[in-house]
Amino acid sequence: MTLEEAALGQRVQVCDLLIQDSMRRRLLDLGILYDTWIEPVYDSPSGHMRAYFVNGAVIALRDSESKRIQVRERG
Amino acid sequence: MFSGIMEINQELNQAYVQEHPNIRIALVGNPNVGKSTVFNALTGMHQHTGNWPGKTVALASGTYVYGDQLHEMIDLPGTYSLLAHSREEQVTSDFICFEQCECCVVVCDSTCLQRNLNLVLQTLEITDRVVVVANLCDEAKKKQIEIDQKRLSEQLGSEVVMMSARSKQGLEELKEAIARCCAQSHQRKQVVIRYREELEEAISAICEVMGHSQIDHRFAAIKLLEGDMRFLEYVEHPRQCEEVIKKQKEYLRDLGIYDHLEDELAAAIAKRSAQISDACVTLKQANYYERDRRIDRIVTHKVWGLLLMLALLTLIFWITISGANIPSELLAKGFSLLEEQLNQWLLMLGVHEWLRALMMDGIYKTLTWVVAVMLPPMAIFFPLFTILEDFGYLPRIAFNLDGFFRKAKACGKQALTMSMGFGCNAVGVSGARIIDSPRERLIAILTNNFVPCNGRFPTLIAIITMFFAGMLAAPWNSFVSTLLLTATIVLGVLLTFWVSRLLSCTLLKGVPSGFTLELPPYRRPQFGKVIIRSIFDRTLFVLGRAISVAIPAGALLWLLANITVDGVTLLTMISSFLDPFARQLGLDGVILLAFILGFPANEIVVPIIIMTYLSSTHMLELNDLTLMKELLVANGWTWVTAICTMLFSLIHFPCATTLLTIRKETGSRKWTLVAFLLPTFIGMLVCFLVSHIALLWM
Repeated sequence: MTLEEAALGQRVQVCDLLIQDSMRRRLLDLGILYDTWIEPVYDSPSGHMRAYFVNGAVIALRDSESKRIQVRERG
Repeated sequence: MFSGIMEINQELNQAYVQEHPNIRIALVGNPNVGKSTVFNALTGMHQHTGNWPGKTVALASGTYVYGDQLHEMIDLPGTYSLLAHSREEQVTSDFICFEQCECCVVVCDSTCLQRNLNLVLQTLEITDRVVVVANLCDEAKKKQIEIDQKRLSEQLGSEVVMMSARSKQGLEELKEAIARCCAQSHQRKQVVIRYREELEEAISAICEVMGHSQIDHRFAAIKLLEGDMRFLEYVEHPRQCEEVIKKQKEYLRDLGIYDHLEDELAAAIAKRSAQISDACVTLKQANYYERDRRIDRIVTHKVWGLLLMLALLTLIFWITISGANIPSELLAKGFSLLEEQLNQWLLMLGVHEWLRALMMDGIYKTLTWVVAVMLPPMAIFFPLFTILEDFGYLPRIAFNLDGFFRKAKACGKQALTMSMGFGCNAVGVSGARIIDSPRERLIAILTNNFVPCNGRFPTLIAIITMFFAGMLAAPWNSFVSTLLLTATIVLGVLLTFWVSRLLSCTLLKGVPSGFTLELPPYRRPQFGKVIIRSIFDRTLFVLGRAISVAIPAGALLWLLANITVDGVTLLTMISSFLDPFARQLGLDGVILLAFILGFPANEIVVPIIIMTYLSSTHMLELNDLTLMKELLVANGWTWVTAICTMLFSLIHFPCATTLLTIRKETGSRKWTLVAFLLPTFIGMLVCFLVSHIALLWM
């Protein structure tokens, strides 16, 4: 599933980054790459953006980006 | 230590620095790790810091003395990585690479070390002269995050200093560590990151033919593989290098590795960061982030989040308005007493009447108005706002409002530049550097003026108080004033959205670019330091600028009001000329003239209006609001005039300083012109509509 589809509080693991532009670099720099654990934590009240807990920090991404990140659940 | 004495002699140091080469130290770190606090603690220079990512956008340098040696420290922009993308990252990366530094200090946030290690490891690839600072130790302690300093130091191959820069803990240790680092002789450094085998082979192959280079071989090889050919200039045998690079690239491409080179490099660094972090960091409390989570769940709540924002804004304005009332009155009374004295002295000195009138009725009156009306609100607003900033609330505002900016095809970080505009629009404009996309940055710059700065608050508050709320008894008058001011600001914010949308559909078409927004952990604001910092850095600075404009403006005004041509004062001539056009906008010639003369600084608009009306009548106590309302009404003001004046104050051309800043930031005369015309035109349109609709209605 995509990161956008993951539920709040659901801890998932990144399995693919379908972003190729400069955004990819930015995500890599923040440590969001294969096998990284990531957890959606808040929804923006004005919509289309969520905050994610990753590598000990909270980073917000727009849905246009998070729907291009493939994640999987781990038991 | 000499450092204490030397801090006092900072000015002497500057001259010394120019003449003597000294030890240069680069200061780097992720955004929002307290890097600037470390900088201030070491150099004693005053520099503003706020708790949201990306604040430090310009290079600053300062000096300190340790062990008889002068150390120059350069504060580089906060960046997540040295593999550059934005201007700021390029600056930092190039500086560490190409500038000669004796030491590079990397500041980390102890509460999220793993993420910070990314930058540390990248820095270690370039140079071994690194001191790692694990800052915010006090926060880590609260969250029961323990860092094994010794182990971390071993893993990284460089010294690690535990610090809490806010409380100056660890400062001496840092100075010592830096000194040791500078003194060490260059030795073969330990390799901190190993890439996959094929990459390592390619790197070795390139290193072999490089020859001598002042840049670390391994690092240069990696950059060359990545395609940054500038590094060829720094190797002894560039042509041989180029051939080998080409061969290696083909080799890697055949293996299918080259196309994912960035990923490979980033993954290796991330993996190593995780390894080190796992080995050295212990989380004694699994949910150390719970407190922040609870706060954020409310702050970003679908309903409560936005209401809270509005409530906070209203609260800040209310405190500012009601708190400023009495000090303003006292200042005004004090100034008028002083005025009597000064007038007497000038008479005794036998000063010519016209000079006395110029100095007192022109300059003094304008200047004292500006100080009495501007200073108290500013002295209250700036500290309040800074506390909010320090706390870490501002990125949450950006997070909450992003959806609206997205609809306007703009960047959510514009909420941050908008907030900065509250203090000063020029700061908001230069703050737009935090937005990477040039198109979105331009939108943020062009719409920044729709948020009134501290210079326009007095205009708005004065009119609201004089015309709408002044007659009511306390505390109702402050309450109503606050509501009206908040409503005006909200209108400004809505306009920002609409005009951003308009620009995105017309002049600045484009697709929204991706961006990331960090929501840093909440930090307890340092109340004492906030107050001192806001007073010196912001309040006095803005006030100083206002005063430096008020003096010539007051003089000019008096001259215009007293130089007559054919029995008519210049002032009357100009305002009569402007009058017909101004009436169409619900204003009058005097008001319009005041806005025009207020171009250098918005603070002087209301004094100009009042004094122009006064010049035809004469002598009034400027601190009696009911009398002032009578003055306005006597000059033709209705509630429509008041509203239109407020609207025009909200929506008109940026002040001179802001316009100059826009010119500097955009580097384009065309866009500066747009920045001038856009709000002016919209302001005129709005006033036109409001005044005519009101006429129909009445």
